[in-house]
Formats: sequence, C-alpha cells, structure tokens
Amino acid sequence: MIHPLPSGTRDVLPAEMRERRAITDAVRVNFLEHGYGEIETPAIEYEEVVRRGGADGSGAGGTNYRVFDDHGAVLSLRTDMTVPIARVVASRYADAEPPLRFSYLAHAYRTVRPHRGQMREFLQGGVELIGAPAPDGTAEVLRVLCDALDAAGLKGYRIGLGDASLYPALLDAYGAGAAAKATILTELGDRDFVGLEREIRALDLPADDAELLMRVAQRRGGAELLAAVAEHPPAVASAAATLRALLERLDASISERIVVDLGVSRDLGYYTGPVFEIYAPGVGAPLGGGGHYDDLVGRFGRDLPAVGFALNVDRLQEALAREEESSS
Amino acid sequence: MSALNGLRIAVPRGALMRDTLALLDGLGVDTTEVRENDRKLLFEDVGIITMRPSDVPTYVEAGAADVGITGKDVLMETPRKVAELLDLGYGGCTMVLATVDGPDPAEEALRRFGVVRVATKYKNIARDYLERTGRQAEIVEVKGSVELAPLTGMVEAIVDLTATGNTLRENGLIVREEIVHCTARLIANPVAHTLKAAQIDALVERLRGG
Repeated sequence: MIHPLPSGTRDVLPAEMRERRAITDAVRVNFLEHGYGEIETPAIEYEEVVRRGGADGSGAGGTNYRVFDDHGAVLSLRTDMTVPIARVVASRYADAEPPLRFSYLAHAYRTVRPHRGQMREFLQGGVELIGAPAPDGTAEVLRVLCDALDAAGLKGYRIGLGDASLYPALLDAYGAGAAAKATILTELGDRDFVGLEREIRALDLPADDAELLMRVAQRRGGAELLAAVAEHPPAVASAAATLRALLERLDASISERIVVDLGVSRDLGYYTGPVFEIYAPGVGAPLGGGGHYDDLVGRFGRDLPAVGFALNVDRLQEALAREEESSS
Repeated sequence: MSALNGLRIAVPRGALMRDTLALLDGLGVDTTEVRENDRKLLFEDVGIITMRPSDVPTYVEAGAADVGITGKDVLMETPRKVAELLDLGYGGCTMVLATVDGPDPAEEALRRFGVVRVATKYKNIARDYLERTGRQAEIVEVKGSVELAPLTGMVEAIVDLTATGNTLRENGLIVREEIVHCTARLIANPVAHTLKAAQIDALVERLRGG
C-alpha cells in the first residue's frame, strides 16, 4: 500500500533513530549540565502569540501554518521555541529572579518554497538565557553551544559572528533616510552585494565612507575587522565594543572557531545585538544560529535582555555524516 | 591545487558559456577539456561543473558548488539563498514587455476588459512587474518560443529576455516597455562564503581587477 506523506516531513525508523538519539542525548545532557532546565510547550499556540513574537515569518524564514479551532480562534504551529519560551517567562516566571535558563528539544514548523528540499517539520535543540545582557550572556551560550557540538562529536565547525544592530547604526550615522536604510538592509539580508553597492552609491557619500560601508558588509575575518568601525559614532562604536568584549571573554578553544562577519544577519525578526550562525564544511546551509533578542520578552510583558540559539538536528546529523565520510 | 584554489564553480551552458570560459581562461584555469567536451558535465580536475543557467543557483544554494555564474534574470525569477558577489558585465540583455506592432493590443485589452493576458517564461518577474505598475494581468506560462503566443492571439503581450531584439522584430513584435537590464553575476554559497572566505575573496578580487 502507498500512503503518501506531506512533502517536507518524514518518518524516522529505528536504525536512524538510534543514531539520532545519540546526537540529541549528547546535546540534551550537555544543556542540563550547564544548568539549562528542559522545557516543553505546546506545538500549537494562538496565532497572536506567534505574531507578537515577530516569528510569523514575515522575514525570509518561511511563514507559519495556521488553523481554525472549533471555536473559530486562529491557531498557529510554532515556528521556533524562542517565542513560546518568551511567553512562558512573561507569564509563568513573571516574578522570578533572573537569569533564567531553559533548554529544549522540539519540532518546529514552517512553510517552504516548493521543490527546494526544505523541511516543513524539523527538530531543533537549543537554549535560551533570559536576563543576561551581552557580552556575558553571549559568551555563556557560545560556551554551551561549543560544548554541545563537541559532545555530539562534531569537529570542523566554525561560527560566524556579527551584530544585528551594527549595520543599521552605521547607516544612521551616515544619515541614510528610512527608505534607503530599509532597501540597503534588505540587500544585506539577501547577501546581494551587487545591489548593496548600487544602493550605497545612491546615498552619494564621500568615496571613503561608501568604501567603508561596502567593506564592513563583506569582510570576514578576525577581531581586527572591528577596529575598522570602532572610531565611528556612538551606536556603532558600542556595537563594535560589545563584540570586542565578547571575543575577549571567549576561551581560545572557542575564539579560534569564530569568524567575525559583520554582514551576518538572521532571518527571524527579533534579533537586536550579537548574532551568530554555525557552519560545517560540506553542508550548504547553517547548522543553526542564534543571538540576542533584547526586546522579545518585553513584547510579552517582562522587559529582560535575552540570548539563545537553536541547532537544526537534521543538519547536525548531516554534518557528522560528512565528517565521518571524509575521515574514512 | 587548481587556479581556483580548490573552489568548485558552476558554469552555465548556453549563451553565457563562451564569455564565462574566457573569463576562467584569464584566471589561468585550463578549460580546454570543457570546450572540447559537449556531453561531459563534471570536470573534477579543474573544479568546474556545467549546467543550464537556471540550475546554477540551485547547485550553489545546496553547496554542491561553492560559487557559480548565472544571469541576473535567473536570480530575479527564483530568489535563492545565495550571496551575489559581482556584476561580471557580460551577457547583457533586457527583460522587456512586447506586443505585435501597430496599435497596442495590451492597452486595448486593459481598456476594454481591465485585464491583459501575458505569455512568459519568467512568471514571477512578469507578475511582479505588472502588479507594481498597477495592471491586472493573466500570466500564461510557456516553455519556449514565447513570440508565438501573441501571433496566434493566445495573449496580447509577452515578457521576455532579449539581447538584440532580432527575434522579436522577425516575428513582427515591438518592445513596449523595458523592465530591467540583466548581466552575468558571480554568486556564492553563503556557508562557503564564510568557510572559504580567503579563496572566494581572492577570486572576486582577481575578477574585479581583470
């Protein structure tokens, strides 16, 4: 008999499940050891919650699945765990003393563009650290991230690190208008450097300034990149100083994996400070990512800075398989 | 190690191929085997894979190639998660809206029926453009020889890519509107763009300089 599944979903059978459990157990135990208590929330939320969190996919990450319930209310499948945890913190931990630490292993759901091999249902493992500002909070979750990947047995991974507030601040400092700024940030988000250059030229800045805007968006490298933007107006200098302070706080074993990339941008709409993505050789898309979302918990009524990350378990599994292949 | 520093590049077959191979020759990549071999697709030694231009972003997005070259028209039609690094300048052509010569049948259709039928291979670009310019359009997707569609009365207008306008003219069509000018672009997989930053930057630098 043939009973088709919706595309972008799949069954995991025992042989693969054993392999997958080995990965998720290693990651989960690691989160617990770092003091991140495991949490579960419903897969369906009121759509209003998902939209309030800005994770309804108005960005490029795919939109949310919605259904009507039997009372006519609009429900949404969660698109990640960060928004549900922000809701939990604001309602169930309204008076708890921060910082709060949560971890999860949960499926999330997003629509896909057809015929692109994307998953509609995918398993994520991650943590959220609520009430810890950058750079200390960021340093802590990067430590957890690297320990978890090490525990899973991954070796050749790198972390691209940027700051979601830096480029907007840089554009403000050069007096870009709201419309131009939005266009430029879209080009940057799409990584369309040809379009970016065209829009920056259209700002009619002195050649040196235009050159700097292009360079900041494109350079990937070490901490020296931050020196290039450090002397600029306050907002920019403070983002650069935060990243620099963060790099100073990281152990050598972590900082050697960092690639500073000031053009890093994440699809989800709630990031405010340092952001990062995890890359592994041979896997065409990031294994996961995260960063600071200092406004998000506030949108639910408890104003706390927060930072977290999510790993895509399927991609992590693929990266581990690639490493095994190339070492054998 | 090849002249591409170990990068794998997706090279488009068809109209962009000649200029692309000339560009790679200029970088010191040995493309003799690619030129001599019409059916082979994978040239492991030099780091080249060949495919139709519209497949280039697919392979690059998946990481099956680190970098690739394709037309801006392809990137606009199906946006993908790839970094667009450089306008290579060659392969210039224009996306146009064309109709048969004489009184504009598209305008006539809009006036009489409030909707115009448009045949195209680029359904997303056509839809976006007509929406943006405030016209109700019924898009008819065809796979080849779009010029035929208005001649048979199936549609009033076409949206298509033209380099010289010769094919349009030979079929009695004229350009009514120019939508966008497209050239060849260098694109990169976003993960490779970070993990192989030095090699990719060196490639961009040499292509810019040359």
